[in-house]
Amino acid sequence: MSRDIGMTTTIETPFPAARYRDVVEDRDFPTVRDYARRTGRAAAGCYPVYGPFELVRAAGLLPVGLFGGGNRIEIAHADSRFQSFICSIVKSTMELGFQEKLGPFKALLFESICDPARNLASVMSRNFADQKSVYVHLPQNMTSPAAVDYLASEYRRVLAELCAVTGATVTADDLRANLRSYNAMRAALRDLYAFRGRRPESLLTGELYTLTRLATLMDPDEVTPILRESLAAANEREDRPKDRIRVVLIGAFCEQPPLELVESIEESGCYIVDDDFMLGWRLFRRDVPLDGDPFVALARAYLDDSLHLSTKHDLRVPRAKAIVESARALKADAAICLIAKFCEPGLFDYALYRKAFDENAIPHLYLEFEEKMWLYEKIRTEVETFVESMLFR
Amino acid sequence: MTAAVEIKYQGELHLLQKEIMAKYYAEATAIAEGNGKKAAHLLIAGNPVELLRAFDVLPIYPEVNVLQIAVRKGSLPLILKAEELGYATDNCAYVKADIGLYHAGGVTPFAKIPKPDVLVCNYVGCNVYLNWFEHLAELTHAPAMNIDIPFIRTPDGEPTEADVRYVVKQLEELIVLLENVTGKSLDWTEFTKIVERSAETGRLWAEIKDMTKQRPAPYDAYFDSVTMMAPLYTLRGTEEGLRFFEVAHREMSARVREGRGPLQEERFRIVIEGPPPWPKLRVFRDMFSRWGAVAVASTYSTVGGLWEFGFRHDPKHPLESIAAHMLSYNVCNRNFLQRYEQIERYVDEWSADAVVIHSVKSCRLFSAGQGDMREHFVRDRDVPTLLIESDLEDPRYFSEAQLRNRIDAFFEALEQRRITAGRVAGGVA
Ligand code: SF4
Ligand code: SF4
Repeated sequence: MSRDIGMTTTIETPFPAARYRDVVEDRDFPTVRDYARRTGRAAAGCYPVYGPFELVRAAGLLPVGLFGGGNRIEIAHADSRFQSFICSIVKSTMELGFQEKLGPFKALLFESICDPARNLASVMSRNFADQKSVYVHLPQNMTSPAAVDYLASEYRRVLAELCAVTGATVTADDLRANLRSYNAMRAALRDLYAFRGRRPESLLTGELYTLTRLATLMDPDEVTPILRESLAAANEREDRPKDRIRVVLIGAFCEQPPLELVESIEESGCYIVDDDFMLGWRLFRRDVPLDGDPFVALARAYLDDSLHLSTKHDLRVPRAKAIVESARALKADAAICLIAKFCEPGLFDYALYRKAFDENAIPHLYLEFEEKMWLYEKIRTEVETFVESMLFR
Repeated sequence: MTAAVEIKYQGELHLLQKEIMAKYYAEATAIAEGNGKKAAHLLIAGNPVELLRAFDVLPIYPEVNVLQIAVRKGSLPLILKAEELGYATDNCAYVKADIGLYHAGGVTPFAKIPKPDVLVCNYVGCNVYLNWFEHLAELTHAPAMNIDIPFIRTPDGEPTEADVRYVVKQLEELIVLLENVTGKSLDWTEFTKIVERSAETGRLWAEIKDMTKQRPAPYDAYFDSVTMMAPLYTLRGTEEGLRFFEVAHREMSARVREGRGPLQEERFRIVIEGPPPWPKLRVFRDMFSRWGAVAVASTYSTVGGLWEFGFRHDPKHPLESIAAHMLSYNVCNRNFLQRYEQIERYVDEWSADAVVIHSVKSCRLFSAGQGDMREHFVRDRDVPTLLIESDLEDPRYFSEAQLRNRIDAFFEALEQRRITAGRVAGGVA
């Protein structure tokens, strides 16, 4: 292909995301340490996919996305605890503990996303007593009228466990203030995503990824202005769309691919117009209402107002159908399934997605990644071949 | 090594098991062929089978079907079929075999499996269950319900009051769903009777499990337990199921009285953790038998329910007790550290010499983190512990020579340990 598909030439103005490229992958958690220095507050590591971050922050801990070790951490001990057929993020998260990287965290939040993550929560609590493991059981019966009450009580219980760690007492108004902060952050992320869907040439996915990741590492009140500023900067750009295909990318909702891999995919001739990276941090379709019981409001948002997610089994709307619809709405030419090796929910969904894509004549490409990979040539070639087959059909 | 010759054992129990399972599968086939009765698909972990029986709906457990197929060496083609359709090599092979079976028209050597009239996904611990039944719902378009069972996660190791309320409410919703599917309303008197029979079955099963505390253990609590597990799920709550457990109890009591075990000589008492490798069950069993190793307890035999520590269904509070069963009294919904405790109790109260962890690739519910479990038993408890890997359904992951070497080396070391301990004890005396 003789088209210019490099990203460096696309962006001439300095862009906020560029400043945080290294920060977001740094397993010494510089933003968290800096926050602790300034505020005296500790943090809680929040394992993917989704947790009630508002409660964590209300209890006095900064919720921080704990996305394993990426390709920055060599697994030296954890692979004797978790077998070879377990996804990397489970092992690298435990490895963070062995390598004493979890110092900034007083608590760790896990949720009922899959079997390995559930056992990880137990194993972490046995091995790292300095970090209190708190486990959230998110409901899987979306049709039961009893689910809201259940989840609201679960949130009350989780808050109590967190408050036992910090000694905080939390009022309904404190919770509302936190809902407000996260509403603002999620709205900013939603806007960025919507913008990228419209003008992917002006906001590359590597940049959006960096910003989203940053949002998982900072206080929402501090990161929201950065997100807003980035949106404004992206809006100022005057790039012309290149001859690339538009793709939706799905499957990397938990373990995260290296940023370079995300960039490689886009540089190989496509614009990613939607993705599910770190989806839990921007899960809701709209703001959580501030009136009424905040626990109930947060519970309802998860049950009835969230994006489709591989770890949330909603029998009301088949996920494959939802993905096809969103691909259509975004005028995507194709889909790329980018799935973490050994990720059970991701791999199971692929079987359904594949069928739905075939039935709806949406070309798709299946790619498998591991967070710890650092060679992208093979994937790049696969994407290039796929793109070429689309462009010259 | 003195080979402990295995006694070929075909008691009344085994014959009866064959007979009642054949009858159960004949009923399944009759439904598949259109006799008008209803069938529900559900899952083993903490199953609420009593409610289905109360509606005269036949419970179909895809797990039981595919394990039967695996034992008969028929799993691989079904797994491959599913892989052709986009299922990954790394997905649970139970699911793949079942999807393969669906595409093969549900035809097995032992039955024709009926399509579900209703899908009851009792989500008890295993997240893969949710995927599995979601896929079945897409394939079959049968009405489906997820019964969401909150995992045991609180510091006191008990479900919360909200958990119990939530589960009871969902069971009430399941009743409505079954009423719609069958066009009948729930006969509470009949339902209570079923729960009563479950309570009695649970009592007998718990006593049977207690018998392996004896030396020799009257049966192998891993390899022979599986004979009793299928009726425990498929027929629990029925007269026939209860009669089976009465026979089992009688037979095992007699064996205890006569001092008979499954092997000529019981040399090592082990606890086995993890599901068995169904496609190679015989070969795997022999690897232990030749060392005179008998399982006195197993976690796998508690997937459907954990009765040996005191749980019984309660006919006076049928829904609440079914909720308790689903929430707390099965190994799947208990957290991983509670499994360590369960195994510790087995080691202590059933006087075991060692723990064998059979780590299966398919089932991460069981396996994820078993290296840490081994670490705990070896370092914190000084219990010799062997960790071996294969699979429960996919024969490709059973590497016979490697397993045999590992198992032999382990028992050799155990024997050595015993000799050394004997010498030390002898020296002191
Ligand atoms: S990557 Fe997949 S399997 Fe691994 S912890 Fe996350 S959701 Fe679970
Ligand atoms: S993961 Fe384990 S418990 Fe779950 S369906 Fe597979 S074998 Fe059964």
